[in-house]
Amino acid sequence: MIRLFASIGRYFLLMAKVFSRPEKSAIYRRRIVYEMEALGVDSIGLTAIISVFIGAVITLQMCINLESPFIPRSLVGYATRETMILEFSSTVVALILAGKVGSSIASEIGTMRITEQIDALEIMGVNSASYLILPKIVATVIFFPFLTVLSILIGILGGWAISYLTGIMLPADYVDGLLMDFKPYSITYSLIKMAVFAYLITSISAYFGYYAKGNSLEVGAASTRAVVAGSVVIMIFNLMLTQILLI
Amino acid sequence: MIRAEHIVKSFDDRTVLNDISVEFETGKTNLIIGKSGSGKTVLLKSLVGLHEIDSGDVWYDDVNFTRLGFRDRKAIRKDIGMIFQGGALLDSSSVEENVKLPLDLFTAQSEAEKLERVNFCLQRVRLENAGHLYPAELSGGMIKRVAIARAIVLNPKYLFCDEPNSGLDPQTSIVIDNLIHEITCEYNITTIINTHDMNSVMEIGEKIIYIHEGHKWWEGTKDDILHADNPELNAFVFASAMAKRAKAAAR
Repeated sequence: MIRLFASIGRYFLLMAKVFSRPEKSAIYRRRIVYEMEALGVDSIGLTAIISVFIGAVITLQMCINLESPFIPRSLVGYATRETMILEFSSTVVALILAGKVGSSIASEIGTMRITEQIDALEIMGVNSASYLILPKIVATVIFFPFLTVLSILIGILGGWAISYLTGIMLPADYVDGLLMDFKPYSITYSLIKMAVFAYLITSISAYFGYYAKGNSLEVGAASTRAVVAGSVVIMIFNLMLTQILLI
Repeated sequence: MIRAEHIVKSFDDRTVLNDISVEFETGKTNLIIGKSGSGKTVLLKSLVGLHEIDSGDVWYDDVNFTRLGFRDRKAIRKDIGMIFQGGALLDSSSVEENVKLPLDLFTAQSEAEKLERVNFCLQRVRLENAGHLYPAELSGGMIKRVAIARAIVLNPKYLFCDEPNSGLDPQTSIVIDNLIHEITCEYNITTIINTHDMNSVMEIGEKIIYIHEGHKWWEGTKDDILHADNPELNAFVFASAMAKRAKAAAR
């Protein structure tokens, strides 16, 4: 328990260093654009593939399990939309990104630590924590909500495609359901969640990488710890944010 | 000039540096030698502030570096160049970007001026055509030379080299040694090199300190070392057959 509190304390000290005044903002802007491409644009493919299949599967499951003359078919479209917006495209996509992006950040920074690249930056007088971590945090907090929007759209499209291709329900009923009782605030809620998750994924994985010690095995272990810790914290914050934002 | 006074550094219960006092002279290549695990790298990293020392002081000319805060140290660090054992080049940046980084961060020069300085430094280490390459595409010797170019790009007053010859063949080692020595003389830099390469000691060791089990065991020049009456130093220096022959020839 003491080690947990020590780690949390060290995490906040690192964040204080990360958010101290940057050396030269022009360099940070360039690095933010680079990180957006490396961490965000490169995650579009994975997000799109998973979203289209999940959208299709949710539609199939709903069709199979809501087979009743008392339940309108359009509810399938409604349920798919709500599932994608409220949970899948923020929370589940964040968990997937915690695996992909989180492990990449932890191993990148961890490798920099054990190969003395971070020491080299410190010797140059650079605030290494801010230089390496801040652009990643800004890039993901800005870009990941776009992935959420993309995931919602592609997931809903996946549901429509499966209904059209298999004939399990009329695509027109599906579209009716999509338009039913739509609350724009749900999108806001989902985007806020994703922005918070993006910060958590990036900062937690960067923390584990930044304090990696030893050899390549330790970098691997730091990467694993980053994904596990990131996923657990996402679940805890999901519960808290749902309580705060929806209730 | 860099002066260490009574430096003590421990990790947990293990004292790695024990009351080390030494002065490194300006315009000279100062060598720290010793067996693996003797505390050379810890001493070097303590001098530059990468390790916080438990007690003692480190002076850069007339400034007590140990007593400075993070921001004040930053001013001195701009005058420090360091070459790490593995080069420590940023993997995601090209050679040109690696060398240019200190200029980007700490100067108000135009892009053309920065590129001119980068090209000058790359020419100085004979890598004028390697600017577009990435660290993964370089040989060990090239990595060390890029690290030297990056270390000198801001015209440092102090140059630290942690085993600059490790992993290099003897010919490339001599090239690196000579390059560091030339730069030291040319720009009147205080250079401190960590090494256990006896070729470096005999080639460029203008001032040598021998570290043994965390203590400063011996201090002298490359001419003194062959005649030193110090069993631990002799055991280290004359471990190789070549060094033994050199000693016999000197006699």
